[in-house]
Amino acid sequence: MGVFSIFPPRASTTAVQVDALYTFLLIVAGIMTALIFFCVFFFAVRYRRKNQDDPAPKAIHGSLPLEIAWSVFPFLIMLVMFAWGAKLYFQNYTPPLHDTFDIYVTGKQWMWKVQYPTGQREINEMHVPTGRPVKLILASEDVIHSFYIPAFRLKHDVVPGSYQTYWFEATEPGRYHILCAEYCGTNHSDMGGWVTVMKPNDFERWLAGDTGGSMREQGEKLFQQYGCVTCHVTDREGRCPSLLNVFGNPVVLDDGRTVVADEAYVRESILNPNAKVVKGYKHDIMPVFQGQISEEGLLQLIVYVKSLSPPAPRSGKSAAPAPKANPK
Amino acid sequence: MSTYLPFARTEARTNYLNADYGWKSWLFTTDHKRIALLYLFSITAFFFVGGAFAVGMRVNLLTPEGIFAHDTYNKLFTMHGIIMVFFFLVPSIPATLGNFLVPLMIGARDLAFPRINLLSWYLYMIGGAIALTAIVKGGVDTGWTFYAPFSSTYSNTHVILTAIGVFVSGFSSILTGLNFIVTIHTMRAPGMTWGRLPLFVWGHYATSLIQVLGTPVIAITLVLLGLERVLHAGIFDPAVGGDPVLFQHLFWFYSHPAVYIMILPGMAVISEIIPCFSRKALFGYTFVAISSIAIAVLGFLVWGHHLFVAGQSMYASMVFSLLSFLVAIPSAIKVFNWTATMYKGSISYETPMLYAFGFIGLFTIGGLTGLFLATLAIDVHVTDTYFVIAHFHYIMVGGMVMAYLGGIHFWFPKISGRMYPEGWARFAALIVFVGFNLTFFPQFILGYQGMPRRYAHYPPEFQVLNVMSTAGASILAVGYLLPIIYLGWAWRKGPKAPQNPWNAKGLEWEQSPTPPPTYNFETQPVVTEPAYNYSGESEEVGIG
Repeated sequence: MGVFSIFPPRASTTAVQVDALYTFLLIVAGIMTALIFFCVFFFAVRYRRKNQDDPAPKAIHGSLPLEIAWSVFPFLIMLVMFAWGAKLYFQNYTPPLHDTFDIYVTGKQWMWKVQYPTGQREINEMHVPTGRPVKLILASEDVIHSFYIPAFRLKHDVVPGSYQTYWFEATEPGRYHILCAEYCGTNHSDMGGWVTVMKPNDFERWLAGDTGGSMREQGEKLFQQYGCVTCHVTDREGRCPSLLNVFGNPVVLDDGRTVVADEAYVRESILNPNAKVVKGYKHDIMPVFQGQISEEGLLQLIVYVKSLSPPAPRSGKSAAPAPKANPK
Repeated sequence: MSTYLPFARTEARTNYLNADYGWKSWLFTTDHKRIALLYLFSITAFFFVGGAFAVGMRVNLLTPEGIFAHDTYNKLFTMHGIIMVFFFLVPSIPATLGNFLVPLMIGARDLAFPRINLLSWYLYMIGGAIALTAIVKGGVDTGWTFYAPFSSTYSNTHVILTAIGVFVSGFSSILTGLNFIVTIHTMRAPGMTWGRLPLFVWGHYATSLIQVLGTPVIAITLVLLGLERVLHAGIFDPAVGGDPVLFQHLFWFYSHPAVYIMILPGMAVISEIIPCFSRKALFGYTFVAISSIAIAVLGFLVWGHHLFVAGQSMYASMVFSLLSFLVAIPSAIKVFNWTATMYKGSISYETPMLYAFGFIGLFTIGGLTGLFLATLAIDVHVTDTYFVIAHFHYIMVGGMVMAYLGGIHFWFPKISGRMYPEGWARFAALIVFVGFNLTFFPQFILGYQGMPRRYAHYPPEFQVLNVMSTAGASILAVGYLLPIIYLGWAWRKGPKAPQNPWNAKGLEWEQSPTPPPTYNFETQPVVTEPAYNYSGESEEVGIG
């Protein structure tokens, strides 16, 4: 890709799809622009005033068929753009349910902290394999950031107080920009890094490198350190729900609603336990951890909670190993 | 046919400019034409302040490592945005040309509330002075969008003072809109039916609706932001229980319609210029008029397209995407009708028409690139990049500022009673067009290649296009300084303007002396023909 290519490198399945859609729009916009420019130039020259004393030309007040035509036809073409764009958008922001490799990203002024379930931690660097869906779980410790990888044609804002996710499947090994796309203060333009796309074998080798304990192990340590273990696993009085087989499954709440226990639900239940209380349990039993645990720690706890649910039937390569004691 | 009044063309005729002298006669005037001039001079000053910040940004972006400190650059783009949006673009055409021309075009002697009109200008100046104070005290670095929780909790700059400035000037906008709505409803001359209103007036009517309905929302949003920043109320900052995405919904609920506040008056000017220099009635009058109202209404329903990657529901994004395509239709209708008006016309190339050509071309590109941003999957890639910057400037600078300059030249004889030098003016129009495209076209490419906006430093592969953009900006700056010089000269030394130098239709040219007397008309004008009746037809003709 030279300096004057209009396309950045394409390194994901999405990049190819977005570029195809972009090319379609470029062609439509190009034809429309050419049509209007031609008419303006042609009319301006063909009907120029040759003599100041020429009589005013005859008025043409309009044409209903023309008005209808140039409203309806463009709109039909726009409907194609809309449907095509919406389909891709849903696809990119809806991760597959199984077999994703999950990476946990925390943005803070002005760096990206990246954690892997296996325990590797990096700053402003991310390693991903080709040919495998990778799901990003994005958190922010302070202001809004946006995790943008132009070579994948993907970004999503990283919003404090919530988890945002998107997924991709990388295709071309190489190093590509990670950029922060939402203005976040002084060093916003330096809040970038590199994503390294590797062949699956290289990635497995990289992943096997030394770590200070997997994310699950670190999460388990925090689980004990904050005393979660006393109620959520061994509580004999039944004050708190067991966390076995909770993650990824529906939970019935005391107000009758049913929610799926995803990352956002677990996060909320740690920080603000009274927000969604499981049916049959009391409010105000568990302390509020808002402001007590770092975003990275939260992600480690979530990986641990995930590990308490057995792998889904198809997820042979699930990132977090399931405890052997809990076969379904 | 309307009757041409036999003006006594004596040199000593009293007009609004020589009716009274001294600073009091200007600062305490309630004449809409004098207030329009107060606005003209003040928004021109703000335009050059905002432009100076842009020059600073373009200089910084000459090299990937930048020239200024990060904080300096962040303040430059923030203050460029705030000054240009709130103190130039929003008031620009309505407060100057609109103020001057709406009463003249409908045959009224002033706006409905002349003293409120003066109050609008004072509120604008007070708001502007507060914002300038914030700048002098060290500036603000939140971006013109004030996104929380950065603005509410993390920024150490003068957020509150700036917000107060914007808040105060908002009331100026509301009052101007209110004044126009009441004036257009109640003060039209006998025979000036809604179906005969010049499209300039229709455009300003639509603009006023948005100003009155939308501006209070930004005022409330800024108050909430202040509460959050001072009292930590827990509205927007998640650390104290707030929702940062809520801020974006509230902000764009005003700020998206606000871009229509900025562009509708530009379209209104173009709808006057093209029939005049084609000597032909506007094609599809009814459709152009209704499309202004359609833009005003639909414009309130598309704010969510600024939040496609911000964490709003995917289904909400889908609805906003569809509605955003829908709002493109009335804009397209206008472009098609302007172009069709030229068909079999009698076209001449005076400066206002050159700006109208430029407007059609640049607005077309700006509008079509809007479709890219309405397309969800493409927006994910290009939002918050230079693609958005280029799109926005094609509409706002390529469209709106072109129309503004076209309008200023078109009505300069009416306003000043003098002619501007045509050769210089055509030259400047060409310079503006070339400079503009060189500045902003490379930014579309930069954006798709992935360069984010608001970057003080950038990856080195983006340098070539950035240097092109900066080179274009220096040409554009010359294009903007030239009119200041030759219009300033023409105001004092230009040849006296004839009553109707363009042989234009419309009450302001045909029935009000040039320049107009304080009360606009010497006798009550009566309208007996449709707008743009250049061919002199005696009967009203419907389309079909």
